[in-house]
Formats: sequence, structure tokens, C-alpha cells
Amino acid sequence: MTKHHVTTTVNGDTVEYLCDARETLLDCLRDKLNLTGAKEGCGTGDCGACSVTLDGRLVCSCLVLGVEAEGKQIETIEGMAQGETLHPLQRKFIEHAALQCGVCTPGVLVAAKALLEKNPDPTEEEARYWLAGNLCRCTGYDKIIRAVLDTAAELREAS
Amino acid sequence: MQYHRPASFAEASDLAAHATGITRFLAGGTDVLVQLRSEIVTPDTLIDIKAIDGVRDITRHADGSWTLGVAVTGAEMSEHPQLGREWPGVVEAMDLIGSTQIQGRATPVGNLCNGSPAADSVPAMVAAGVMATVTGPNGDRVVAVEDIPTGPGKTSLAQGELISALHIPARGANGGDAYLRFIPRTEMDIAVVGVGVNLRVDGDTITEARVALGAVAPTVLLVEDCARALIGTTLDDAALAALAASASAACKPIDDKRGTIEFRTEVAGVLAKRAAKIAYARAKGETA
Amino acid sequence: MALDDRKSHFTFVGTRPNRPDGLDKVTGRARFGADVTAPGMLFGAILRSPHAHARIVRIDTSKAEAHRDVKAVVTRADFADVPFKPGLEGEFWNVLENVMAGEKALYDGHAVAAVAASSALAARDALKLIEVEYEVLPHVTDVDKAMAPDAPVIREGAADYSVPEGMHPNVVRYHESGHGDVEAGFAEADLVIEDHFVTEATHQGYIEPHACLASLGADGKGELWCCTQGHWIVQKTCAALLGIETAQLRVTASEIGGGFGGKTTVFIEPVALALSRKANRPVKIVMSRSEVLRATGPTASASMDVKIGMKKDGTITAAQGVFRLQGGAFPGAPGDMTAMCAFAPYNLTNVRQVGYDVMSNRPKQAAYRAPGAPMGAFAVESVIDELCKKLGLDPVEVRLKNAVREGTKASYGPTYDRIGLVETLEAAKAHPHYSAPLKPGQGRGVACGFWFNHGGETSVSLALSEDGSAQLMVGTPDIGGSRASMALMAAEVLGIPYENIRVTIADTATLGYNDVSHGSRVTYASGLATIKAAQHAVEKLCERAAAKWGIPVDAVKWENGCAVPSGPNAGDFDPLPLAEITADMGRTGGPISGHFEATPEGAGVSFGTHIVDAEVDPETGKTSITRYTVIQDAGKAIHPAYVEGQFQGGAAQGIGWALNEEYIYGEDGRLQNPVFLDYRIPVASDLPMIDTVIVEVPNPGHPFGVRGVGETGIVPPLAAIANAVSNAAGVRMRQLPMSPPRILAALKGNG
Repeated sequence: MTKHHVTTTVNGDTVEYLCDARETLLDCLRDKLNLTGAKEGCGTGDCGACSVTLDGRLVCSCLVLGVEAEGKQIETIEGMAQGETLHPLQRKFIEHAALQCGVCTPGVLVAAKALLEKNPDPTEEEARYWLAGNLCRCTGYDKIIRAVLDTAAELREAS
Repeated sequence: MQYHRPASFAEASDLAAHATGITRFLAGGTDVLVQLRSEIVTPDTLIDIKAIDGVRDITRHADGSWTLGVAVTGAEMSEHPQLGREWPGVVEAMDLIGSTQIQGRATPVGNLCNGSPAADSVPAMVAAGVMATVTGPNGDRVVAVEDIPTGPGKTSLAQGELISALHIPARGANGGDAYLRFIPRTEMDIAVVGVGVNLRVDGDTITEARVALGAVAPTVLLVEDCARALIGTTLDDAALAALAASASAACKPIDDKRGTIEFRTEVAGVLAKRAAKIAYARAKGETA
Repeated sequence: MALDDRKSHFTFVGTRPNRPDGLDKVTGRARFGADVTAPGMLFGAILRSPHAHARIVRIDTSKAEAHRDVKAVVTRADFADVPFKPGLEGEFWNVLENVMAGEKALYDGHAVAAVAASSALAARDALKLIEVEYEVLPHVTDVDKAMAPDAPVIREGAADYSVPEGMHPNVVRYHESGHGDVEAGFAEADLVIEDHFVTEATHQGYIEPHACLASLGADGKGELWCCTQGHWIVQKTCAALLGIETAQLRVTASEIGGGFGGKTTVFIEPVALALSRKANRPVKIVMSRSEVLRATGPTASASMDVKIGMKKDGTITAAQGVFRLQGGAFPGAPGDMTAMCAFAPYNLTNVRQVGYDVMSNRPKQAAYRAPGAPMGAFAVESVIDELCKKLGLDPVEVRLKNAVREGTKASYGPTYDRIGLVETLEAAKAHPHYSAPLKPGQGRGVACGFWFNHGGETSVSLALSEDGSAQLMVGTPDIGGSRASMALMAAEVLGIPYENIRVTIADTATLGYNDVSHGSRVTYASGLATIKAAQHAVEKLCERAAAKWGIPVDAVKWENGCAVPSGPNAGDFDPLPLAEITADMGRTGGPISGHFEATPEGAGVSFGTHIVDAEVDPETGKTSITRYTVIQDAGKAIHPAYVEGQFQGGAAQGIGWALNEEYIYGEDGRLQNPVFLDYRIPVASDLPMIDTVIVEVPNPGHPFGVRGVGETGIVPPLAAIANAVSNAAGVRMRQLPMSPPRILAALKGNG
């Protein structure tokens, strides 16, 4: 079967890959571009571990076909830190012990960043509902939510 | 699997009309890709309709009616400054589907065409009286959304036909709608029962009503008896009791992993009352 | 073990520094099971039985083998061909039978064949070319039905010596223990309540599906990368199943995306090795979520009868329980653990407990956080709650009155050493949560829980560098921040900054045997070994200082990271910092390392008390958890933030188990909900903040007083939530999960 040639932008870099129409964007990020920060926890859009943004919109990369990425702007966890400076969310997640095993963490961070860009002052309830599509089995979410709200407060003070 | 990205609905229709095997249209992909990954349905032909002009547009017409492009997502509906003020039930129903991530992709047209009796946006659209333009080899036809699904996973669309736009009627004065569903968690579940209510009032009296139930029968039900229980009342206790009884009586549910017959039947009545109260308050301008 | 080195004042222990692997895990660069590749790598996929119970009449792999992208196909024959060293029996045989079916498929999802192909898609496509002819057999998935006389037999001869005559062959192990005279005890009671309880199987639900990358050649030498809680057990098991020498298989543990007991055995690893050997290329296998739910270890389901007698003053006079646990198509359901833990929090004169391990046509159960204990606690703590209610007694006071203390004879036999149950109950009584007013429709529940904790085989090495930094090699995969606790304990002993210690999870080729990261043992056992290894290095540092100063080694003390002359020599020399000793170590006797290997036995049992408020919608039966407090004895919290995390995580999993998680089997014996959409684990919006209270009653068996904290936190929640829901709804809930249809049905029945 003929493969599709895709040219897209990931974390600001122009990249190209060949993919089967059945391969997801997640497959392409991980297997063709070696960007393994996004994880496949379910493959059905239920866990959020594969979260990325597509033209600025938070999506599950397991529910986007690789071929659909043509001409799009994609941001992944690998693009979140600026050089050696971590994004405030990344720093706060470490400080708050907001991760245990860490496998959901890239997806949670990408989703939380999208939240704070849309809503710089979320309530606890808003943060919990925004992140409801990011399953974490280790933490009970407590420290994740605290880290997100604390980051929001810090960013508001800084701005 | 062949992947196509047509530039017009005519081209999309033509591709589908001449395709062999299983054909699927790709809008948000939140059902198509799940079925693909789970190997429930692997299409031979996949037609991505997102490159067609205007599919992301939300348009309010001069008469107050609305047209939604077929690739408009739940997130775009929620973010629209005016749509949710006029049709909060329709917007909230769509917004209940899946996570933030799903909202970034999922479309009401996809929700409708997936044919699930538990599709959240469908009872709200049925209650609102939403119509769909269907484009096919013989041109366009306009049908009520309740006539699209014919059973679980099945639609009335013929080979080569696809929905090319949704039309929401003008809200008009003194109207309000609401949608509620029951799920065991707070998010991420498929509706065990869903109820959409759309009302118009004259003073305190309900003059028009449409009530639609989801997940209690093979397709979403538009229940005339529920409407009759409401029209002419001020939504007093007797009206609410009649509404609940009519909703429960209309249920033809199944026992499955998500709920029992008894549970669905009972809760359909409970949610009908709760949704009616919200729609009534909105119609009277008491709440947003 | 000498415990004269008990410490109570700490410099590093008890602080909350950033975890050493934090940056890798927030930037996406941490490498989990599925995140690696190898040159020439193939992708494996596994064909699974669609039947709950079926004889495999014939498998035709010829079409798959002819596919141009397929490089190897394996079935059970590829394992049976192996010249097994003295017989493959016991648990190794069970594991082999589970990872690749033999004569029969024993559950929906049981592996029957596997392929390796040049792409993941090609491998999946090739599975459809394998033809399997099944003779479908009668099946059973319910524990009570599996014990009934007419139940289909899963496997003849699976029962061990413990099973009494006359039981169905599906009953494979039996446990009975206790003391006193329960009948006499019930006769003394003012009120006796006996009730029946049921829990459904739940899955550990780790977010990372099983994944591995295997390479094995005809020379019998192999490399395996996998996500596991313990790579030495993987090494030992895979070597046995593949018929190679253990030491020839080097296993490296990837970062692990959750385990909770479910990654303490092997599933895909032997299959990937077999495919690799046949194809002579590396093979990667990554499970899908539905494979995880259908074919890896859920916990056991349970059917239980509990009877407790109480006097009007709250004294428990007698308790007995029968606990029947279904653990899938293999022996292993922890009926014995359920029985032994069920009454462990209470000082009982008369107690008797019976546990059954029952097989059925479900996947082989795997450990899940305090395996067996939560179900028993649900039954026992529910009956105690009901007794308190009927006798008008405060549930915390009654538990305090009957609580076990140091010196109490445990329900399961031994006498308790120093324990902290009473302290958790006192903390519960004093906590503002316990006295906070409830709103209409809300109910409050409390429950206690117990877990044994475990020591296990442990090896640790610590090597000092010339610049005075230290590298610590431990063999227990870091599931939830254990690198941080190890570095804290090593820093405490060495007296060098936490940041100067690099902790590595060593592979099987670079460290001696280590038991799995389970049994809440890592901070206890690897921590103890870390302390001992660091002390070993300190002894050598003191020797070097003594030699330099020309004084006896027993006249040198180690203080704040320096060798210091002591006794008669005190003050004779300036303190000699660690880095000054290591700078010269090449010339003063060579590299300085510390080692420790042992099977520590002093894990120290653990207790917790939970308080929970629940609100029930009387019209729909929907429950929301409005407030939750975990109080648990940690012995000594090394890194309190990660101790809190364990408490919170255990409570959250318990909430899922209590309210919505369950394995749902259809009449056809197939799992109905093998996706996260319908296997409903709690999402962020389902939960409140989870408050924690760390009680510290030092464990006499650990130099710093540590008790494991990983498992006890999931023991009380099922019961505490059931008590809260029952109090909120006004009707006793005896079946888990307390899903809305069950609660609504109970409310209707009550009305």
C-alpha cells in the first residue's frame, strides 16, 4: 500500500515522514520522529497520555491520523521547556511531587499548559474538569491539582 | 485503507458513491479512529471532509437561525460568544462528550452519524429541531436529525450521501433548552440516560415543548407524550410527575454494562424533570 | 540484625527535596517500556482467544508465515521444544501456560500464538492470517458458581495438599486459622451480626501498558528491556521458560509507568524472547489497553461471610469469616491473605478465619496493592459499623477499645511488636474531619486496615568517586520516588549533600539478586540495605583516616561527612572530609565502595484509619466523595511528600474499587469492558483533595524506623466508603462496586 508523505511542524521544526493512512499521529511522533514523550496509554482517547496541541488545540494524538498532520503546527512535551529553563508547570510538578511513576506526566503537563493559556486563574473545579481526560493512577490527583493552581498563581504574579 | 481529502462535498459524495467495501467519513475522528484502533471497523475508504471550504464555520443568519459546518468541534461551539446564549442545551450537550482533548476534535455531525443511541448531542439537537442537509449523488436534501440514525451504528444515509451542514432554528422569544445525562463518574463516560428539553413559554405557561431521550432505546426518541405533559402547564408538580411518567413509559432500554432496564427507566423520568426545570427557567429568562 | 544504630535525629531524612529523576519525567525524556528501539528491530503481536474456555484443536500459522513482512511466528510448541532443565513445574509452569496457551484456552484473551513482523501494522495484520480451530467448552467466571458441584473443571489436579476432601477441583488452596472458641464468644455477645459480602475484580490500572524489547540468539545469550516491578524475577522466569541459563539473560528495567503489583510477573517478555530467537532479530512487543485488561492480572473477586459478636460496651467477643476468592484460571488468589488480614486490627479472644483460592475462566490474578486485604476489610469493617449503629456506639471508640497494641496476639498468630494502630485511631478522633458537621444527604464512614509489609531479598552497592560524590546502585525499580528516599538515607549516613548522590536502578548484570518492588518493601528493605552499604563505605573511610593519622580505627568517628578523631585522640587532628579521603583513595588502598546483601525480616506491620464523607443522590443512586482523610503509620517518613502520595493514591484506587470499577463478564464469558471508557477509574473531577496525616511509630526492624507505606492505604477505603454510603443512603451496601444502579435498587428495596 502506498504511504503518504507528510510535511508538518513539530515544536517549531519542519519535519517530514512517510506513513500508512492507518497510523496515528502518536505512532508517527513516537516511531518516525523519535518523540517518545507522548505515551499510548489506551489508544482510544480515554487516558490523555498522548496529549499534544494541534494548531493550538489540545487533542489526543492517538485520535489524529498521521496523515492529517500535513501543514499543521504541533506542540509536544519535548517543546515545553525553553532551552535549559523548564516551563513553570514542569518546575512546580517536581516541587510539589505531583508525579509518582511519571508516565501520565507529559500528557498532564501539555493539557495543563493549554488550560493556563486559556484560563490564567482556574478554580480547583475548573482545573479538575479540564484535566478529567488525563488519567493518573498513582497520585489521586491531589498534588497535580495543587501544582497546577500554584503555577497559575505564580504566573499571575509574574505578569 | 485509502485516504482521501476532497475539496468539495460533491467530490466527497462522488468518492463515496464509487468506493467499494467499507467507507467512512472523517471529521473529528473520535469514533472512527477508536473503531480503527480497536479493529472494530477498518474502512477500505476514508474520506476526510475537513479540507472542504466552510466546514469550520458557525454562521448566524439574519432570521436568527444557525448553520454549523460539519467539522465544527465541541470546543468551537462552547467558545462561540452567542451560540451558547441562544442554545445552551445544544452547546452543553456537545460539551459533555469526552474530555477537553475530545472536545478539540469531536463534531456534532460525527456524533449523529456514529449512530449511537447514547450520543449526547443528539437528544439536545432533536429537542431543538435541528435539521441536516444531506448531499448525495442526486443533490441535496434536508432532513430532521432524528431521521438520520436508524439503529445502533446505522443511519438512513445511502451510499454516496453525507451530511454537509446542520441547521439550528432561530431561538425566538421566550424559549429555553437544556440537556442532562446520567453517567456514573463526573466525566469521560457514555450516557446511561440522556434527556434534552426545549420549551417556549408565554408568561408562566409552556406553549411549545420538545423532549428527546437518549440511551433508552435503539435510537434517540422524540417523545410526544412528554411534550403533551408540559404544554399548557406552568411546570407544576403535577406536570413534572406526568413528564417523568411519560419519559419512563417511553423507555425501551436494555440491560448492559452501563446500566439496567430498571435504572434507565427510573432515571429517565428523574432527568426529564430536572432538565425541564432548567429549560423552563431559561425560557423565562431567569437563568442563562 | 544489629539495630544499635537506631537514629532519631535527622539532617536529610524527613525533608522534601526534588526527586533525582524529576527533570527527565517532566520533559518527556524518561524512557519507559515502549520508548526504546534497537537496530533491526521487529514488532511483535499476540493472537488471543475469543473464548472463555476452549480446547485448541488446531493452529495453522502457514498463511501468516508466508506474509512477506512476517519474520517469525510462535505458538506453545516453540516453548515446549525447549529442553527444559529439570522439569518446568509449579509457578513456572503456570506462568508458561498463562503467557502461551497449551491444550486449552482458559479465558477470554488467553494468548495462543504470536508473530514478529517488520512493522506494528504488519504484525497486527498477520495475526488475522492465523487460523485457530477451537472446541468451545463450558465456562464459569463467578466464584460461587465455580465452587458448585456442577461447575466446569478448569484443570484437574491443580489443588494442593491444603484442600479438604470433597471440595470441587476448582478449589485449589485452603487456609484456616484462628484461636479461642468462637461459639462460646458469640454466646457472650449482646448482639451478633452475620452478613454476606461480594466484591468484583478490579484491575491495577497502571497507565503504561506492558512493553518490552527482547533480543535472544542461538548462543543462549539474551538482552531484555521491560517495564517491570522486578527484573530479577523476570530474568529467572524468562530463563526457565526459554530454557537458557539465568545469568546469560541480562534484564534492564525501564522506567515503569505504574505497577501496583500487576508488573510482578511476566506476560509478553518470554514471547518476545521466543520470537527474537526464531527471527534472530530484536523484537518489541507493546500491549494495547484491551490486552492489558483482558490478559494481565486483575485482582481477585470475592464472596465472603462475616459474623461478629459484640457486647453493649463495644467489646468484640468473637469473630469469624469465610473468604472465597476467585483468581482466574490458575492457583494464586490470595484467600489466605484475606483471611489473615481481615481481623488483624482487633484484639480478639475468639477468632476463626477460612480462605479459599478458587479457579475460574478469567485471567490469572496478579497482586494488587495489599493483595486480598481490602476485600476482607470491606466485609469486617461493614459488620463492625452495623454493630456500632445498632448498639449506638461511636465507631472510632469501638475500634479503639478493641484495637491491637504491642504484645497483642494477632488474629493470624504472631504477637505484635511495636505498632501504630491506636495512634492512627487517636489521630482520627482528634482530626477536625471527624467532628465536622455533615450536610443533608451525606454520610460519614470510618474503617481501619492492616497489611503485613515485606522484606525480601535485597542487594545494594554504593561507590564513592574521587570528587566525593557517590553513586548508589539499587535493584528495586523506582515506582513512585524511591530514588529520592534512597538518596536521602545515603546522604544521612555519609553526611554529604543529597544532590551529590546519583541513584541508579542497576540491571541484573551489575548487581546481585533483588526481589520485586512489592510488599511495600522498597523504602524498608532497599532503604535498610542502602543505609548498611553506606555504613560499610563509612567504615572504610574511617580506616583510611585512621591509617593517615596513625591511630586505631576504633578511635575514629564519622560525623557530618567527616572522619573525626575520638576518645583519647579527640581534637588531635582536624576533621577529614569525605572528599579529601576519596581524593587520595587510589593511593591509599584503592576504590572505596560499600555493599549490603540480605533478606531483612523486620518489615514491621502497618495500620491505617480512613475517614470519608459521601453524598448520595437519592433519585439516581449516584455517589460523590466530598471529603477524605487518610491516617496511616509510616514508621518514619523519609520523603514525606511521596509518603503522602502513596496514601492519596491508595485512597483514590480504593474509591474507584468501591464505586465504579469492575470486571463485567457477559453470558459468553467474554470481558465486556476492556477499555478505559467502560473500565471506569476515577478521573480528576471525581475526587476531592485527599487529606493525609502521617503517624510515625518507629519500626524497630529498620535503622531509621521505616515501615512500608505503599499498600496499607488501599485496605480501609472500600469499607470506609461503604460505611459512608450506607450511612448517607440509609441502606447497607454489601456488594462492590456501589454503582448507581445497585444503590438505586437498594434504595427502592428499602423504600
